[in-house]
Amino acid sequence: MRIATEGLSVRLGGVPVLHDVTATAAPGAVTALIGPNGSGKSTLMRALAGLLPHAGRISFDGGPRPADRVIGYMPQDIAVRPVLTVLEVVLLGRIGRIGYRVGEADMAAVASALEAVGMADRAGRLFGTLSGGQRQLVQLAQVLAREPAVILLDEPTSALDLRHALELLDLVRDETRRRGLTTIVTIHDLNAALRYADHAVVLRQGRIFATGAPASVIDAGMIAAVYGVEARLTAAADGLTTVAALRALPRGADALRGAP
Amino acid sequence: MTLVTTPPSGLRNDPPPASAADDLGAVYRALGRRRRAVLAAGGCALAVSAMLDIATGPAFLPVGDVVLSVLGRGGDRMVDTIVWTIRLPIALMAIAVGAALGLTGALMQTILNNPLASSYTLGIAAGAGFGAALMIVFGGLLPLAEARAIPLGAFVFAGLAASGVYGVGRMRGATAEVLVLAGVAILFLFQALLALLQFVASPEALQQIVFWLFGSLLKATWDKLAAVCLVLAVTVPILARDVWRLTALKLGDERARALGVRVDGLRLRILALVSLLTAVAVAFVGTIGFVGLVAPHAARMLIGEDQRYLLPASALFGALLLSAASIASKTVMPGAIFPIGIVTALVGVPFFLWLVVGTRRAYW
Repeated sequence: MRIATEGLSVRLGGVPVLHDVTATAAPGAVTALIGPNGSGKSTLMRALAGLLPHAGRISFDGGPRPADRVIGYMPQDIAVRPVLTVLEVVLLGRIGRIGYRVGEADMAAVASALEAVGMADRAGRLFGTLSGGQRQLVQLAQVLAREPAVILLDEPTSALDLRHALELLDLVRDETRRRGLTTIVTIHDLNAALRYADHAVVLRQGRIFATGAPASVIDAGMIAAVYGVEARLTAAADGLTTVAALRALPRGADALRGAP
Repeated sequence: MTLVTTPPSGLRNDPPPASAADDLGAVYRALGRRRRAVLAAGGCALAVSAMLDIATGPAFLPVGDVVLSVLGRGGDRMVDTIVWTIRLPIALMAIAVGAALGLTGALMQTILNNPLASSYTLGIAAGAGFGAALMIVFGGLLPLAEARAIPLGAFVFAGLAASGVYGVGRMRGATAEVLVLAGVAILFLFQALLALLQFVASPEALQQIVFWLFGSLLKATWDKLAAVCLVLAVTVPILARDVWRLTALKLGDERARALGVRVDGLRLRILALVSLLTAVAVAFVGTIGFVGLVAPHAARMLIGEDQRYLLPASALFGALLLSAASIASKTVMPGAIFPIGIVTALVGVPFFLWLVVGTRRAYW
């Protein structure tokens, strides 16, 4: 399902947060949404998930918003401690289809999702007793159990250790390719964006700064202009570029360097 | 930061083997069995409590005779008369009202996302108290028998109080904060109005108001019982359709909305049902405190927050608590009946403190 925004603007409490955002995300591809804190990434995600009033247009395959079950949105981790087991939290992903009695299709979807994120052996545990990283994995399982066509993941790796972060991104990319999902991920780790994303959208102060292939968008100029950080990019023999952040530039310097 | 080029993946992307769904099914069935066992145990305890409640009174009846009489196989006409005309309606009223209060307490705690919420949180009971007092003081002006006017006044003003909260929720968005603030305002309004009535009431009327506020099951009749049961029978099937959406609220509003739950509409719909249930419960027996606060906590500890089980368990524990309190109210002072509202609070407070202090934090 192709998602396109045209002139999307959002105000939160009267303050403009997104200005005239026009971008697209294609099916079967991972789109990374990158930008510094406060650049509007999460707001854009919430608007895409249908949780915010907005000006401008968001289209899905050129049409209006599809049924809720088509979109799986995973918000940033917030500390809620419901007295629910992991199994029940993931079952909630089936809302809209699930009845008072849980059907076989629901159970199969939940089993497959829990298995995919490697949490199947903790199905009977209380959600509130898990670590932050484990909670993120369970929430991803909840999104997958919806069997959506679109997945929106807001900083899905923020609480994960290095290995789990890589595993989660591997899983997300593989599921995206295998099922032809339209996947949008906000992510702070530029190396992960370079490695896992097919497409990158860079936000700065609520506006689109650049869009395109990650390797072409993520360069020293963009990092200086958007993040105010001097960085060195190294192309390795296998073609993979890595980013090393060197130092924070003096405040205000970013305006002098690579502004569009 | 360097990047590992090919991370060894412990995550599986291929479809899980058939056994994964089977394993999960086993976990699911074990959870269900445990919860049904809790419900069954509660049901048995409730049956015992109800029989003891019927047996207890100015004349203590042998429990065996009570059971036979309730089953329609009693031999003793005196026992039958006492059981069927006096004590059975009271015992069943305790169960029906306790169930309504336990259920509404659980619903309030869920929709307000607050462990301190109960059936009475949003000023509904305060409205009922004012309505009852209004009828006690001025009901003589109406062409209605007092026995009907007081419940009617309580019901109408409970509904008005709830409508006030509902209206604010409609205007300002039904978040938990908005509802609580509106409810607290309504609560103080009706408390002030009640105080005003008590100020102008005659000493006799004042005494009657105070007794009404204590709560009492003694005025239970088959008609009133039927009214409470009717409201339960109407609301429960509507609630059953929202159980998963209510459970989703426990993940927070944002997540629930992302799952496609219309959060504001759900809150207002549940608030309307809670108001109806609370109003009918309070109208006939007065403001019996603590049942709606304690029963859901006990249920949550034993069962968790899957509302498919939490709601029936809260109703069951509410019924059990009020039934046990009914027995206690008849036995604390020989020859007299202690106001049941006082008993539930006296029993409920230590139990509640034990829940708060003595149990694991994970439960709320």
